[in-house]
Amino acid sequence: MGAGTMTHKGQPSGGGAMAMMALWGLLALFAITMGAKAADTPFAIHMFIFALAAILALIFKARSFGKPAPDTSGYMDEVVRYGAIATVFWGVVGFLVGLVIALQLAYPAWNPDLEWFNFGRLRPLHTSAVVFAFGGNALLCTSFYVVQRTNRTRLALGNLAWFVFWGYQLFIVLAATGYLLGVTEGREYAEPEWYVDLWLTVVWVAYFLVFFGTLLQRKESHIYVANWFYLAFIVTIAMLHIVNNLSIPVSVFGSKSYSLFSGVQDALTQWWYGHNAVGFFLTAGFLGMMYYFIPKRANRPVYSYRLSIVHFWSLIFLYIWAGPHHLHYTALPDWAQTLGMVFSIMLWMPSWGGMINGLMTLSGAWDKLRTDPVLRMMVISVAFYGMSTFEGPMMSIKSVNSLSHYTDWTIGHVHSGALGWVGMISMACVYHLIPRLYGQKEVYSLPLVSWHVWLATLGIVVYAAAMWVAGIMQGLIWREYDANGFLAYSFVETVAAMHPYYVIRAFGGALFLAGSLIMVYNLYRTIRGAQPVSQPVGMVSAAA
Amino acid sequence: MEHYSFLRQLADSWGLLLMFLFFAGVIAFVFRPGSKSEYERLAKIPLENGSED
Repeated sequence: MGAGTMTHKGQPSGGGAMAMMALWGLLALFAITMGAKAADTPFAIHMFIFALAAILALIFKARSFGKPAPDTSGYMDEVVRYGAIATVFWGVVGFLVGLVIALQLAYPAWNPDLEWFNFGRLRPLHTSAVVFAFGGNALLCTSFYVVQRTNRTRLALGNLAWFVFWGYQLFIVLAATGYLLGVTEGREYAEPEWYVDLWLTVVWVAYFLVFFGTLLQRKESHIYVANWFYLAFIVTIAMLHIVNNLSIPVSVFGSKSYSLFSGVQDALTQWWYGHNAVGFFLTAGFLGMMYYFIPKRANRPVYSYRLSIVHFWSLIFLYIWAGPHHLHYTALPDWAQTLGMVFSIMLWMPSWGGMINGLMTLSGAWDKLRTDPVLRMMVISVAFYGMSTFEGPMMSIKSVNSLSHYTDWTIGHVHSGALGWVGMISMACVYHLIPRLYGQKEVYSLPLVSWHVWLATLGIVVYAAAMWVAGIMQGLIWREYDANGFLAYSFVETVAAMHPYYVIRAFGGALFLAGSLIMVYNLYRTIRGAQPVSQPVGMVSAAA
Repeated sequence: MEHYSFLRQLADSWGLLLMFLFFAGVIAFVFRPGSKSEYERLAKIPLENGSED
């Protein structure tokens, strides 16, 4: 379909809806059959969850009969509203589980005598909940919002965006329940098993089609740079997800599979995926948010559009090579380790170029930081982006890595990026979006936003500082030898030494969680009594 | 192994050269003379929404 021939569909015609219902019904039957023949209980549970989701989709479709077709003249914002609320919901869940596992590390008694809730199973639940459920929903809803505004057109392909949203929530539920049931591939940030991976692939292709289709039917001749970052995120994650998850199931009726790669190739594939999950999921997509929402909030164009283009190309050309720095001093060939280190260090330049571009957008408008805590939150997030992208390349240097690797310094680094950069920019965007999506001028209370900003910032600083001390101490204890060349300390002595810092870390996490609960109250009061609004598709700029 | 050797050689010769030239081309294009006003206009895309937000 060319750009001109694409039309907005409302409810599908009777025949189309019947075909959709038949498809959902068949999928439900298929899943029930698979579940009945399941080789293990978790697989059966997952197939019945899948069948339930298909039946719900069928019922939802059936109920649309006879209803008037919804208004499709304005922007498609209902899915953005759902995405923004899902972001907040999963965020709180993810932060809460994070606090629980922090306490489990500090106080082993927090590990109950139930295998579903011990640290080993809750930890991937925490990482996936914050990265994919919280961050992923933030990316979904802001990308759908931004691509419509900057291209002045409604989302393409009718209700496919709804399939993307609900399909992605199903992926989250399958992944999360799987971890608790002990279903895991054991691949960092890619733990879901083969059938969940296949489902995510289907959802992700639909996401790409909606996003790319919207770009094709754009009314603005130039594609604004925020969309480039979003598109790079979508395309690269598709590639990473497929290659990293190439595996062979033991049985098509069972939840266990084995990777197609083995040994050091498998390790490198995992960290090629793992580091680019950081680079393209947790960075590129969120830079898309930065390039739209900071100019919007500050009401000033980005500091340098040229720099944003250089930022884009250098970031994507360099990030993809940085993964091997996770495998320093392993069986990975030395040249590959050095390559990963060199590209990581080169990443300083685009990262700081981008940070400067984001911060300098406020030049001449710095006074707005005094009155607008949402903008303050965005600026703090970009500052954390700069800080963690300075720290990361430094830790990728082999001699630094020999101290930092396998210690809690890494955990501190990840959290200054994840809580500081990704978390703060996402929550600031939600603060900006929710009132606008519900016809309000601003959130219920800006002072409460201010409380959130400072609680969250303090929480991150406490967290990161505790992990620096704990991690560096841990690394130094590990490398301490006595005069005869024996290790001076046993492993458990490092654990005992780190206990106070684990408690401090949990306190920092509790502050961050408290801030997010204030956000929930603030947004609830903003939405309560307000009506969702439909915004007309914007005018094309006169000069274009 | 032939596939590996072929790809490895391609990657550190023509592949590297092409990627470098593409990147250098992008930078040169971005800084082409007379593009300043064009980029100033493009930077304003998010601000000209035609609606309140």
